[in-house]
Amino acid sequence: MTLLKDMDWKPLALVPVLALAALPAVGSPSTWLTLTVAGLAMGMIVFIIASGLTLVFGLMDVLNFGHGVFIALGAFVATTVLASMGTYTTADSLWMNLLALLPAMLVAMLVAGALGLAFERLIIRPVYGMHLKQILITMGGMIIGEELIKVFWGPEQIPLPLPEALRGSVLLGDAAVAKYRLLAVGVGLVVFAAMVWTLNRTKVGLLIRAGVQDREMVESLGYRIRRLFVGVFVAGSALAGLGGVMWGLYQESVIPQMGHQVNVLIFIVIIIGGLGSTLGALIGALLVGLMANYTGFLVPKVALFSNIALMVAILLWRPQGVYPVTSR
Amino acid sequence: MLARLLSKDLPRSPWLAALLVILFLGLAFAPFLFPGVKALNVAAKVLIFIALVASFDLLLGYTGIVSFAHTMFFGIGAYGVAISLNAAETPGWGALVVGVIAALLISLVLSLVIGLFSLRVKAIFFAMITLAVATAFLTLASQLSDITGGEDGLTFRVPEWLSPGFRLREEPLQTPLGEVVLNGRFLTYYLLFTVVCAIFLVLLRIVNSPFGRVLQAIRENDFRAEALGYRTVVYRTLSNVLSAGFATLAGCLLALWLRYNGPDTSLSFEIMLDILLIVVIGGMGTMYGAVIGSVLFVLAQSYLQDLLRMAGEASAGIPLLPALLTPDRWLLWLGLLFVLSVYHFPTGIVGRLRERAWRRFR
Repeated sequence: MTLLKDMDWKPLALVPVLALAALPAVGSPSTWLTLTVAGLAMGMIVFIIASGLTLVFGLMDVLNFGHGVFIALGAFVATTVLASMGTYTTADSLWMNLLALLPAMLVAMLVAGALGLAFERLIIRPVYGMHLKQILITMGGMIIGEELIKVFWGPEQIPLPLPEALRGSVLLGDAAVAKYRLLAVGVGLVVFAAMVWTLNRTKVGLLIRAGVQDREMVESLGYRIRRLFVGVFVAGSALAGLGGVMWGLYQESVIPQMGHQVNVLIFIVIIIGGLGSTLGALIGALLVGLMANYTGFLVPKVALFSNIALMVAILLWRPQGVYPVTSR
Repeated sequence: MLARLLSKDLPRSPWLAALLVILFLGLAFAPFLFPGVKALNVAAKVLIFIALVASFDLLLGYTGIVSFAHTMFFGIGAYGVAISLNAAETPGWGALVVGVIAALLISLVLSLVIGLFSLRVKAIFFAMITLAVATAFLTLASQLSDITGGEDGLTFRVPEWLSPGFRLREEPLQTPLGEVVLNGRFLTYYLLFTVVCAIFLVLLRIVNSPFGRVLQAIRENDFRAEALGYRTVVYRTLSNVLSAGFATLAGCLLALWLRYNGPDTSLSFEIMLDILLIVVIGGMGTMYGAVIGSVLFVLAQSYLQDLLRMAGEASAGIPLLPALLTPDRWLLWLGLLFVLSVYHFPTGIVGRLRERAWRRFR
């Protein structure tokens, strides 16, 4: 029970507090419910993408400005896979639709993971421990990746329609909740659960957590942290690919620049969460998702600025993010 | 005299010195040497980029801070001039000065706030925050269409002396290389040239002052600099504010030259990438790298695309190669060049030339 007692609950409470605070501002409860589910769905997708980045940073002190490439790549691979599935996506059966989505997600994760492996080897490995060069190099990698996507898929926006049975919305009371958003929340929860299980209940997870706390100590105990890091990097890239598919379906279209656009959100999320903290990333993602949807409804012109304001407010409260990782 | 003007920071390489003299003369006499609208536009763009990149070099090369908000300050400058001249009944010098000063003030406050807020912690933190703020600013500028003209931007008139219709002399000047029309554009070019020279010399003065030495100490080892008694936050913030101020001035010049400003011309992320590319390829922490890099980059931007088009046509029929070689993909090649130069030439062109000269001298 000491774990529960030692737990810092205040940041966790922020999410419901923000949601409840928005209720009077929005007015009608049904609109509020729609917006809240949309916010949670967006938050979950953002979390899927951000979790890999924050772990990579926590474990190896590498901040990958090129993370957006994996997002865009995943989404573009999904357009190709879904287009080749033919009747599976157009049939009005939930199971057949999911049967089409599943391979799309898997292939996207595989491709993004493979690119992650190459990216780590070619771009990041030579610049370990040099922050300035890391930022420059990964930014360069991002430019190259984005341009290569344009070479293969063209520079224009490509529609990524939702499969038939996932379109439209279900009614919860008076509130219309888009079906896909429920699915996104579900997938996000599955990823989060898998991650928590891996980090807390497996040997690999133990090593990762130990590595985040004190890399040299883990190395001196005889574990090859480099190899662990490559694994985390590939997993993080694959998750970004998955998140890219989800994000593309959420927007129902993909453009090569989407990686950069999402990147900005992701950075805000991991700054709010505390660089390197997984739970922090979840809270940050949910806060950002909710905030974006509420302000998008109330004052659309300042939607992106509201996230900056949120970040500033959080940093004034806790300058290292809601869950600062020790030794950073 | 010359050494004093350059703050005793001489090129320290005969090749570099020769190159700089050629570039200086080329830019100083550009309206006479390269008559024609496109050539003069290229020359003006080079000048603006020199000021912009040199101010970024103060931050990245000398202080070791990566900021992605440099175009934001560039844009503030451009919008300051654009909005002020657009609102004025008769666009005169007064409106121009008001615009420049207002833009400088806004940049000052913004950079101070961002700096004090995020420079306490890691460099990486600053990079992320500036990226977020700059993106938000870009969105804001294209959303507030009542003030900024939105996506379409603002077209405005400049003070009479600088407008293309103005003639200093009715008949064109006869030179051995052809006729030069002494109009408002001609005057604007020399205004740009003077201001950019002044900015460059002031920046050179700053980085070679004791203050600049402290910045370099912070770049090399901020912990040690702090231990020696320098408040690193204060120095970093000052460097950020100064660099933002000069970027704002460069933005004002851009607006004055184009007589137009929109989100894509001054705020877009592509310009930020261009700045990064120029600083790295020219040479970080050298100031002269900004000159060499800007000239190379703008020339490449203006003429490399033609070259790529030729290569693309020549490779027609081979699979994939034409798609890689279209002029639209030129950023791909620049990106590759960028990554390779960060790995293999971290000191850039200027650093390489100096190394060579130093080795020979030994």
